[in-house]
Amino acid sequence: MSSREEMPKVNAGSMADIAFLLLIFFLVTTSIETDVGLNRMLAKESKTPPLPINQRNILPILINDEDKLMVNGEIIPINELKEMAIAFLDNGGVAVNNANYCNYCQGKRDEFSSDNPQKAIISLMSSRETSYGVYVTVQNELVAAYTALRNREAQRLYGIDFTAMEEDYSSESTSFESKAILKQRIKQIQALYPLQLSEAERKQNQ
Amino acid sequence: MSKFNFKKNKPTPEVSTASLPDIVFMLLFFFMTVTVMKDDSLKVSNDLPNASEIKKLEKKDRLITVYIGTPSERFQGSLGTEPRIQIDDKFIAIENFGAAILEKIEAKPAQIQSFVTVSLKVDKTASMGLITDVKKELRKINALKINYTTFEGDSFNNLSN
Repeated sequence: MSSREEMPKVNAGSMADIAFLLLIFFLVTTSIETDVGLNRMLAKESKTPPLPINQRNILPILINDEDKLMVNGEIIPINELKEMAIAFLDNGGVAVNNANYCNYCQGKRDEFSSDNPQKAIISLMSSRETSYGVYVTVQNELVAAYTALRNREAQRLYGIDFTAMEEDYSSESTSFESKAILKQRIKQIQALYPLQLSEAERKQNQ
Repeated sequence: MSKFNFKKNKPTPEVSTASLPDIVFMLLFFFMTVTVMKDDSLKVSNDLPNASEIKKLEKKDRLITVYIGTPSERFQGSLGTEPRIQIDDKFIAIENFGAAILEKIEAKPAQIQSFVTVSLKVDKTASMGLITDVKKELRKINALKINYTTFEGDSFNNLSN
């Protein structure tokens, strides 16, 4: 009986080696990949020439070969871009009695700037030697401008940030009914400040 | 004298390594959960820019990843240092880019073919010329949903050069 009770122990010393081997295998074969980014829809290719748009409804942004930024004819540092974009989008220059009057805009109501957010188009033009890093920074700032305005409206109407609403919408713990409400609200805020960003190529003769 | 005798009689006990496997397994599981399997080996330099206004890319099966950047050193002899496009371990010339993307879309199940997103993983030092061409090709084949894949961070870090 006594010999049975004394079971020989399995030596676990090599267990660490096996685990290390597995660990190193995973370290080598895998990579920590990024899965975030800026989503963008490209414009459909159309044969028909676009309708003429009033110059005051376009905010032209040009990035030249030396990564310098020109907005509305003046060269500005990149950290002022967000403010300029917000001022342009939020302008609401149409007169009060007009059908297109923007009653939620808080801008300067300058009649030489955009009519209302629905008509305001930001045109981003880069030249061939512009570096991608700068381009992404500019895109990021423009999206930030839209997000700031949408957040403001969402706070005013529903007391919650637009980004928080989007987060709730994509989270799995949100119930089906509240998702339907959220979707409708998100659509509404998006309609107040629709993202209209044209990424046309810069013409050679400009 | 008595001290020395004491030492000789009782050697220092060994440090127990019994918990070492547990620690290593913990590390292993950590790496298994936070990483994904590498599906293509990079042949171009790929230092992505930073951005803060980002959205998470969902539904991996609808993604087509395109890498753009300077070829890595062992290819520079034959390809030079101008940015190149890489899809699936292969360098693709801009003339064949549309066809290559169409082929990738065709390979996906029919019900998700119209929801495909092209994820552009572009090195931040690359110039916009090639990317403009890529966008033009994508418009031609009507693959309009794109994503400028970035790291999460302050976008002003991209400007230092």
